[in-house]
Amino acid sequence: MTISKFTDKLFSRAALRGIVAIGIFMVFWEVGARSEEWFGHRFPFIGLVPPPTDVFVSWTGLIADPSYWQSWYMSFLRVFGGFMAAMIVGIPLGLLMAVNRTFYGMAFPSFEVLRPIPPLAWVPASIIFWPTQELSIAFVTFLGAFYTIVINVLGGAKSINKQFLQAAQSMGASQWDIFRRIVLPATLPSIVVGSAVGMGITWEVVVAAEMISGGGSSGGGAGGGLGFFIWSSYVGGSYEQIIVGMISIGIAGYISSELLRQLGGLLTPWLKTR
Amino acid sequence: MNTNTQDSAKPRTASFAQSSSEIVANNISKSYGAGPFAKQVVSNCSFSIESNKLTVMIGPSGCGKSTLIQLIAGFESPDKGKITMNGKPITGPGKDRLVLFQESALFPWMTTYDNIMYGPRARGEDNSEAAELAEFLLNKVGLEAFRDKYPQQLSGGMQRRAELARAMINKPEVMILDEPFRGLDNMSKELMWEYYAGLYEEDRNTNFFVTTDIDEAIFLADRLLIMTNLPTSTRAVIEIDIPRPRRIDDIGNNARANEIKKEVMTLLHEEAMKSFSGGSKAAADFLDAYSKRAG
Repeated sequence: MTISKFTDKLFSRAALRGIVAIGIFMVFWEVGARSEEWFGHRFPFIGLVPPPTDVFVSWTGLIADPSYWQSWYMSFLRVFGGFMAAMIVGIPLGLLMAVNRTFYGMAFPSFEVLRPIPPLAWVPASIIFWPTQELSIAFVTFLGAFYTIVINVLGGAKSINKQFLQAAQSMGASQWDIFRRIVLPATLPSIVVGSAVGMGITWEVVVAAEMISGGGSSGGGAGGGLGFFIWSSYVGGSYEQIIVGMISIGIAGYISSELLRQLGGLLTPWLKTR
Repeated sequence: MNTNTQDSAKPRTASFAQSSSEIVANNISKSYGAGPFAKQVVSNCSFSIESNKLTVMIGPSGCGKSTLIQLIAGFESPDKGKITMNGKPITGPGKDRLVLFQESALFPWMTTYDNIMYGPRARGEDNSEAAELAEFLLNKVGLEAFRDKYPQQLSGGMQRRAELARAMINKPEVMILDEPFRGLDNMSKELMWEYYAGLYEEDRNTNFFVTTDIDEAIFLADRLLIMTNLPTSTRAVIEIDIPRPRRIDDIGNNARANEIKKEVMTLLHEEAMKSFSGGSKAAADFLDAYSKRAG
């Protein structure tokens, strides 16, 4: 009872701090952006940015616009697709490398050579390889999350306390049982961390890929994703919309990470007890 | 497998049949590394873990006792010599020899109950008999209220008790404990000594306990193996003829216990002296502590 009250208080105080901080930031931004209008002198950098009130007005206009939500939807779809593919391929690959020495010896060197190549460097090649632009964007997005997930899974599975394995072994557990009930849960926290980091990279990559490839097979306009939304706003000279697009990506990324955190918490209940 | 276990386990669900298993190490040697970097850890070491006795092994820290445990448990095999259990050579790990490690090896992602049930479930014996035994053991180690807690929610002493229960459910013939109470505070440590001695006195199965703590060794042991410094071999064997059940309050005033303690300290002091010339840090520490105590 008292504990929950205490956390409530703490939470509301933390929330209040967040709101105040954002409020102060907005005020500075507004003043800076309107510096020429109000003081006759343009502040450097910030003086060129549209003020938050204009951005807000532009945003309210977009909220009723289906094509704006279509951009959200397309980006989410690509992030989700690429991310899921990275999990489906990356987790087994990482585990296999951790468990099997031979496979590790064969796969790790090529993996390490490919890993430093930034996903965006793959854009031209993937446009050539893949039949549709949609697939090239998905592929580049996949790469964004893939390496991080594999590295985390591999590291997590390799650093399992040896005594866990020995204890299980001496109690008569089979290799399969050790994998399923020791290696897998012991690696789960690393998988969660790897996915969270991978998810962040996925958002970075998808937006850039959408800008470069012109928003996918639908050819731009509606359905181009948030990256394309920003790019077309820039081309169209609507600077307020650029900011709307940027903030939208921030919010979308936050929602994705939060969902992932919640899911991760459900999967690893023993970590909460610390 | 020991057939006695089956016969006498029938009447009560939670009875721990007394088995009589012994482990004999004969002239074993073990070194790590190769070539000029090879380090011999165990050298021509012989000892026996007699059946239905609590054998305690003591030696300066870093003297290779944990290596001996790895060998007895079957996680590694000796370079030379032979370790046998009931006459048969040990070839790998098995549930007849369970190890309690220095640090808690409870699985953090399992509740106390699931940890205890790990052995039976891993062997496909997840039946009502195992469940009943798990309940009995939870009760015995006083953790009924903590059955659905994760290891991090337990205190150090509780973790050790949970681990004892997790080992006991597999009815091991020999229980191997590698400095299990290290890191506990003095109070919990002494409670655990009495608690563990009580468990042992109940069924008198073969137990092998490794420690660096002289008081712990003398309080627990039926037989005390004193090991040399690196490379390890057996320096002396002392039978501890203090009657059971033993109590912490009594042991301090026990003349025999004090006599044995002096003897053990002299032997360990000699070992420390020997390796002191070899520049071992552990030996220097021991000498330092010993001189303070004697002075």
